[in-house]
Amino acid sequence: MPTKLPPWVNYGLLPLMNLGMAFLVAGLIVVILGESPKAAVDLLVYGAFGYGEAVGYTLFYTTNFIFTGLAVALAFQCGLFNIGGEGQAYIGGLGVGLVGIYLGHWPPPIGIMIGIMAAALFGGIWGFIPGWLQARRGSHTVITTIMLNFIAASIMTYLLVNPLRRAGQQIPESVTFDQRMWLPQLHELFGGLGLVIGRSPLNASLLIALVCCLLYWLFVWKTRAGYAMRVVGKSEPAAVYGGISPAKQIMIAMTLSGALAGMMSLNEVLGAQHRLTLGFTGGYGFVGIAVALMGRGHPVGIILAALLFGALYQGGSELAFDMPRINRDMVVVIQGLVILFAGALEHMFRPWLEARFARPAVPAVA
Amino acid sequence: MEDLWTQVLLLTASTFRLATPLMLAAMAGLFAERSGIVDIGLEGKMLGAAFAAAAAAAMTGSAWVGLVTAMGVSFALAMLHGFACITHKGDHVVSGVAINITVAGLGPVLADAWFRQAGRVPITGESMRFRSIELPFAQVLADVPILGPIYANVISGHNILVYMAALSVPLTAWVVYKTRFGLRLRAVGENPSAVDTAGISVTAMRFRALMITGLLCGIAGAYLSIAQGAGFTRDMSAGKGFLALAALIFGKWRPVPVLFACLLFAFADAIQARLQGVELPLIGEVPTQAIQALPYLLTILLLAGFVGRAVAPKAIGQPYVKER
Repeated sequence: MPTKLPPWVNYGLLPLMNLGMAFLVAGLIVVILGESPKAAVDLLVYGAFGYGEAVGYTLFYTTNFIFTGLAVALAFQCGLFNIGGEGQAYIGGLGVGLVGIYLGHWPPPIGIMIGIMAAALFGGIWGFIPGWLQARRGSHTVITTIMLNFIAASIMTYLLVNPLRRAGQQIPESVTFDQRMWLPQLHELFGGLGLVIGRSPLNASLLIALVCCLLYWLFVWKTRAGYAMRVVGKSEPAAVYGGISPAKQIMIAMTLSGALAGMMSLNEVLGAQHRLTLGFTGGYGFVGIAVALMGRGHPVGIILAALLFGALYQGGSELAFDMPRINRDMVVVIQGLVILFAGALEHMFRPWLEARFARPAVPAVA
Repeated sequence: MEDLWTQVLLLTASTFRLATPLMLAAMAGLFAERSGIVDIGLEGKMLGAAFAAAAAAAMTGSAWVGLVTAMGVSFALAMLHGFACITHKGDHVVSGVAINITVAGLGPVLADAWFRQAGRVPITGESMRFRSIELPFAQVLADVPILGPIYANVISGHNILVYMAALSVPLTAWVVYKTRFGLRLRAVGENPSAVDTAGISVTAMRFRALMITGLLCGIAGAYLSIAQGAGFTRDMSAGKGFLALAALIFGKWRPVPVLFACLLFAFADAIQARLQGVELPLIGEVPTQAIQALPYLLTILLLAGFVGRAVAPKAIGQPYVKER
């Protein structure tokens, strides 16, 4: 559908209205639960940005969402739906974990570098599989990525319960990595520069995520390969006519998408927990869908949307702590509502807005 | 030998019990997908229904009120899906994901607010659950060789929702293949413009299909919380909606093959609990996770055309736009 709306409406007003609807419904739920929505918002904002530690945690969650948001957005550029971010992040974590467990004693920058590459490689492989299946066998990525999420979960459970479990303990998690494998904490990094921020698990992954945003932008809009990918996303026949192979682009897109999702594990595994744990992906892969939709596939939008969800995540725990009638899962509800209104129902206000803001239609040829 | 026979009977009975939610959800999905609506929201509808069933049963003390509430909630979620996908031509997958996530959060939030049990809804009374039913003469006939134990242990002794699920399959097959509604349903998923040309509303057909989807998913959800289990717990559908979706694809969107896919997946689930720590001849010990992953792996192989070929309804996932 060609958009007739001016950009500020299409990229500004419409997403804001959709977001507003999501928060309106969330507010209604808060009222039904018998709490004041205004107080809830105040608590959320304070919990997310009110003090140094909170900001650190907000940015820590934001980092996860940038990675998974970029992953979903990249696949979208090629017209693909990757709901396998969860599984790709999990398998990416396996890559990091293996490096951490077996190469952790290597000198600092080298071990970490290999870890980063392993995250991208393992996640990329888990993304390549549905890409290949789509390109060569015509199996729809939506279904195959869902199935691969479950398979990834089974593999990881098996590995963490059996071979990778730390000897002599019952909890399914690996040994703690050598300190040389830990990504530097940002409060230490900034402390060295004379900047004081609160203690939090916020680590260098945020910087890696921001670099990925830049690379994503360069790749999608400034390279030949990115152009080819977008052509396939817009119209496969046009791509074929232009000499672009959709199959190849689909495989590249899914592999890169999986690699981005896999790198989410850097933040959790190398940055925060320093060991491989069960279910460290915590649903962040699915939130990536909301982030990509909200961010309209643009890195700046994705960073803003990731920040919004990061703030919701961190603020949500404050909210649950102070409002006994509301628990942490309220954040999940808000995420779902954002996906509903910003994604599934994104066209709801469009006719109404078009009636008001549409540019004068191009005069039809008489 | 006697022991093995009992084992087989128990395994079969537990397969039926585990297949019940899959069958109901897969038949639900069949109606949606045959009409051209992708429904990855089966999981969310089931979970929402499971919560509604437990909450309503706990408040009123009646399992039947629980069942009706569950069906109502699931119906409403299906209509929301229709509102997004049909009315506003939204993306079917995005809408399904939205419903899954919203429900996954909303269940524990409401459970906490209303029951204060850390996101759970406990079911305590006997009347709040569907109890197993002893079919007539089960005890008397139990001594009849071979058929007696099968009747007494495998066919008799389930709760009513299991029988409803069993009934849902022939009923679905009849509706889809033998009624006018079914013909139109299949047509609307393959070639909506042809249906439209015949003067039948594509929108109305798809909404009707989703109504059935909602009601069936509601029964599946109620089964989880007030029949098989006692009470609602966080994420209690545990991927069963997706497993049902896998069964739907594995059965190539046809009721009877879908039934067998559900039974196969349920059998895998039933046997994995028994295989834990057991050394099999030749293979050795099979990790339970391998059996858990098997249905998903099989579905991928099928989708890829390595074992047979699964071809989806042609117009699936595409919003229907009438030409102006």
